[in-house]
Formats: sequence, C-alpha cells, structure tokens
Amino acid sequence: MTRRRVVITGVGAVTPLGVGADVLLRRWVAGESGIADGEGACRDFAVAEHLSKKEIRRSDRFAHFAMVASDEALASAGWDEELPYPSERVGCVLATGIGGLGSLEGQHDVLRDSGPKAVSPLSVPLFMVNAGAAALSMRHGLRGPAFSVGSACAAGSHAIGTAARMIQTGDADAVVTGGAEATLTPLARASFVAAGALSPSGISRPFDARRDGFVMGEGAGILVLEDAERAEARGATVLGEVRGYASTSDAFHLTATEPEGTYAAAALEAALTDAALEPGQVDYINAHGTSTELNDSSETKAVKRVFGDELARTVPISSTKSSIGHLLGAAGAVEAIATLLAMKERVLPPTVGLEQPDPELDLDYVPLSARPLQPRGERPVALSNSFGFGGHNVVLCLEGVA
Amino acid sequence: MATATPEAVEARIVEALASFGPDIEQVTREATFEELDIDSLDLVELAQIVEDDYGVELKGDDMKNLKTVGDAIELVVARAS
Repeated sequence: MTRRRVVITGVGAVTPLGVGADVLLRRWVAGESGIADGEGACRDFAVAEHLSKKEIRRSDRFAHFAMVASDEALASAGWDEELPYPSERVGCVLATGIGGLGSLEGQHDVLRDSGPKAVSPLSVPLFMVNAGAAALSMRHGLRGPAFSVGSACAAGSHAIGTAARMIQTGDADAVVTGGAEATLTPLARASFVAAGALSPSGISRPFDARRDGFVMGEGAGILVLEDAERAEARGATVLGEVRGYASTSDAFHLTATEPEGTYAAAALEAALTDAALEPGQVDYINAHGTSTELNDSSETKAVKRVFGDELARTVPISSTKSSIGHLLGAAGAVEAIATLLAMKERVLPPTVGLEQPDPELDLDYVPLSARPLQPRGERPVALSNSFGFGGHNVVLCLEGVA
Repeated sequence: MATATPEAVEARIVEALASFGPDIEQVTREATFEELDIDSLDLVELAQIVEDDYGVELKGDDMKNLKTVGDAIELVVARAS
C-alpha cells in the first residue's frame, strides 16, 4: 500500500517580527531582528484586536498566540468559511514547551496571598498543557484527534511530524498543527538562567565565535496539513509537502546535547530515508541553531556526519533564531513555516548577526545577508532541525512548490 | 466588607458579569445567563467575588438554580440580610 502524501495548505504565525507569516519571512530575509532587551517578545501583538474579552480572559497568552495564528492559517488554506472535511476527520496536534506558565504563576500568587478559596475556577483550563489544542479544537470545530505534544524545544517539529503521520495512516484527513509558547515570565527566565542556557549578553548569534546562549522568544506557528489527494480534489493551493520526518533521542543528559551529534545525525539520516531522498538533493537546512556553545557545534558535526565534509559545505544552513530568538515549543513550527515560505520565494534567509565565524564551525551559515535559493531539482527540498532539553532530536524534510 | 444594599449588590454583580464577556448594556435583571454566555465557571468566579465583597458564601447547589441576573441579585441580597 502506498503511503498517503501530506501537503501543507495554510500557515499562520505570531512572532517577535509581527503578526503574520509573511512578515516573519520578509523581515528575517531583510536581516531584521525582533529581539529587544535580550528577549523576543511579540510587542506588536495587541490581543484585543484579535480576540473577544471572553476569549482573552479564558485562555493563557500562549493559547492567544495559537488562536490568532490558527485564524490566519485556516484562512490561507481557504477554510475560513467551513471545514472541507467531516469535522471528526480533522485533528489538532499542538506543541508547547511548558503551557500556560504565566497563568500558573499568577494563580500561585493568588494562592499564597489570598488562600485556596480565591484560586480561579479557570486556572486549570488556563494553564493545562493541552489548553492550546483544546482552544483550537473548540474555535474551529475540529473533532478528530486533538492533543498536545511536549518535548521542550523539539515539540513544534514533533507536532508537525505526528500530524503528518496521522494523515499518512488514515487517522485523520487533515490536521491543524504547530506550536505555541509564552514563557517570558520571571520563573522561566530565572530557570533558564540557572540552567546556564540563556545568553548573558542578550544577543542571539548562532554559529558566531562569541555566541553565549539562547535568547528566549514567544509566539506561535500554525500549519494546515491535508491528505494530498483530498487537497487536490478540492482545488487547494499547496505551499509544500511534508516529505519526511524522523525523531531520535540522545539518552545522554538532562539539558546538554550529545556533543558529537550522533543521534541528531541519526534523525537527519532517518528523515531523508523517510523522504526517499539523498543528502545531495537537499537545497537548504533550517538549523536548530540556538546560539549556545554546544548546540551549534554538535549540530554542525551532525550535518557533516550525514552529508560528509565536502557536500556539507555546499548546503546553505541558517538559523531563524538569529532573528526572533528561541520560541521553545513553538520554534519548530515557526521555523517550518519560515522554511516553506523561503522555498516558495526562492530565498535563503540569513543567520543574522554572524559577524565573527567560529573557526571550528565551517559550514555555509548564510551569514548576515539573504541570497537567492537555486533548487537542485524541480522543487526545492529543505530539512528543518529541532532539538530539545531531554535529548529529543527531530528532523522534518519539507519540499517546496515548483 | 461592603454593605449589601440591593442597589450596591446589583451594581457589583452587573459589573462583575460584564467583566466576564458580555457588554454591560446586555446585563439587565431579566437577562438569562444562557443569553449572556455565562457558564458554570463564570458563576464560580461570581460567587468568589460576592463572598469577598459581602461575606455571602454561595454553594454549587445555590448557583445551579439561578437562571437570570435578577435571581443572583435577589439571592445575594437575601443571604446578606
């Protein structure tokens, strides 16, 4: 039995570069940064412009991002009037690293200051990890399988991969997927600082010799995935295809990636195998590229391990995090969207701020300025890497349109 | 603790319900919670506010029988006196 193909028909994003998927690519390609004061906050996001008073108070900021990005994604898929499939055949898989942390912190303050009877009845639905998936299911009437996936900074890509598998196996005909995160909170900041992961300089400069940690961002990226045959039958505009997906685990350390990139390489290889593609057919790699000392080095080693030194140096690789910071559980989703749009526009977005190359890191990181993307085949092919605390490695293989 | 005059209770309840979602003009004594899209979670929040302000403790069973904004106002006024 041939596997069902999975196409992407809609995307939406809320990021530190603005509200919308197009603004994300446009500003990243221009070399702009959404980071200010050491954080990638969604400063242009005025929630009251998008959601009602009731929607706002009944959901956490991470779910607000997800809802607004999903409205854009469904509209771009042509789903804004009604679902094109029976509602039980449309699923929702949403990633988050932590969930409604701001709400949890707020209710903990209430508990401490005013006692248990003052804690809001909305607390659990605000901070539960599946709150975003539940919000999208209710908002759009998605009655197929709906749940959240959690694998820290790899979760966004895990969500997309899981969603694609659900369509391939026939569990759903379409899935609204992606990731959302809103953890610019005192506890999250302190926790990441304590773990030694956040950049003391507040500058995200992946692959640069001076890199000193990641810069935390927030936002959401939502994609509409559909069974290719059904999408074609309804005349959908296709943005790309999920060609391959694979995930492995380091089983090595709580926070540190395995320094040689051994299992990240295994995920890269397996994603290419899943896509039935060779390394020589890859036109672009969207790096996990966190700007931490270890990630950028082990990721570089992983790419070389799979591509070989010579071929590896010919494949452009850049980091979206250089422009928006690290969106944790939303990162993989936002980066997949940026990758798809970059392929569509035939552009290689840059690694912003990469001024002093690290002599140990010798791939083509597309430093500072965007360049044209010239596909080796008829349709461009890209890999998107996501790695998470806990040793989770996920690689998506995405194909653009001709 | 605020004094539970009927006028004060009405003003406080209308204000609280409006903060949950509906426009304040919609929140009349005759309006039903169903019309206002006020659900059981909202009513628990309303009970917390009423207890804070007037010391009136409302249980789940009390809330279950409330259909309109007027029902809630009358219940609180009766309990507070």
